[in-house]
Amino acid sequence: MGLIDKLISTARRRSPWLLHFDCGSCNGCDIETLACLTPVYDVERFGVVNVGNPKHADILLVTGTVNLRNREVLTVLFEQMPEPKVVVAIGACGLSGGIFREAPNVVGGVDKVIPVDVYVPGCPARPEAIIDGVVLALEKFREKSKGKGEGK
Amino acid sequence: MMQTAALALAVPCAAILLGGLLSGIDRRLTARLQSRQGPPLSQPFLDVIKLMAKERMVTNPWQAFSPVASLGAAAFALVFFALQGDLLVILFVHMVGGVFLVLGAMASPSPYSQTASQRELWQMLSCETLLFLIAGALYLTTGSFRLSELSALPEPLLYRLPLLFAAFFFALTVKMRKSPFDLAGCHHAHQELVRGVFTEYVGPYLGLLEIAHWLDIVLYLAICSLFWATSTPAMILLPLAAFLAVIMLDNVAARLTWRWMLGWGWGAAFVLSALNLSWLKG
Ligand code: SF4
Repeated sequence: MGLIDKLISTARRRSPWLLHFDCGSCNGCDIETLACLTPVYDVERFGVVNVGNPKHADILLVTGTVNLRNREVLTVLFEQMPEPKVVVAIGACGLSGGIFREAPNVVGGVDKVIPVDVYVPGCPARPEAIIDGVVLALEKFREKSKGKGEGK
Repeated sequence: MMQTAALALAVPCAAILLGGLLSGIDRRLTARLQSRQGPPLSQPFLDVIKLMAKERMVTNPWQAFSPVASLGAAAFALVFFALQGDLLVILFVHMVGGVFLVLGAMASPSPYSQTASQRELWQMLSCETLLFLIAGALYLTTGSFRLSELSALPEPLLYRLPLLFAAFFFALTVKMRKSPFDLAGCHHAHQELVRGVFTEYVGPYLGLLEIAHWLDIVLYLAICSLFWATSTPAMILLPLAAFLAVIMLDNVAARLTWRWMLGWGWGAAFVLSALNLSWLKG
């Protein structure tokens, strides 16, 4: 069994499929996030694929604040992703609500609604920081295979 | 009997390895054509292993059954091919796999999956008809639908069926889910209708379908090799050339609509095939 577990854990680390969701961002963080995923950086080298379907995603990248309207969308996206899954919150807004945190319709950071594994700070978060966050997310993704995340 | 059993086991395994490798070559080559480095050749296998270890989620039991049936049909078709069986049986069994893929996709109310299923049916309609015409041509030349008769031919089938080969190339692009005819689920991730017919399949089920897709491609390339069944090097080179041509075409062509596909499939390819068949008879 040891060998199979190792194989699965390697495959998980080398085949992360990302789903990017713009929760309520000013678009600053989205531009940085998508810049990391463009062919210029060729993240497909590392097996990363930018998917448009939560049912196929392993890592959820969320930018922007959560508000009363889109919290439901965020929850549904999260629930549609099969285990094991990892959530990365990007930017000051994703972490705490950022400059929008006092707005009447704003709930706050992503972790108010769904569990967040990695926090990437910045306003906007720098591409290097986002890549760093995704790498950290990969480690968490792999670790989850040992814990409760085991697919069943 | 023992030999047949061994073949039934070895052929699908070898085809999975070959199909995965071809898919890896495809991804790397495509990346190179776009001035990227691309993933390692083992990437398709890593993807499938990861998918297999994900949570099983279904909205309808058909989504769990269909991928298994689809994979089974693809494997059976290949085994029949290796046993040099009847081409008609091979094509029918292969078609069953496609039907199950659509059944599973239609079992979900998702509009992406529904629309893509309709398109997949159109694709099957335009591509499988061509394959049956090839079977017909085989009968007209050798007097039998059995593949074993082919190696006895004095000259390659391609000399007698050049137009039918062109039509087959069209079917290959459709089957490989490559532009310009990747309407019902693009081979590249998430370009058309999210992921087309595959949208609603999750984790292990998507993994099984990916393997079934590899087997389908291997079967098509095997059928391609029939066009030059008189020499072994040509039996390898011809499918390889067709495979590379499909990838090139994928990188230079934009996606067409299903009306275009029907026009090409039933218009151009059908007329070419009929023309070819008519002179075969005379
Ligand atoms: S963190 Fe800054 S750049 Fe990012 S979405 Fe919020 S306001 Fe925009």
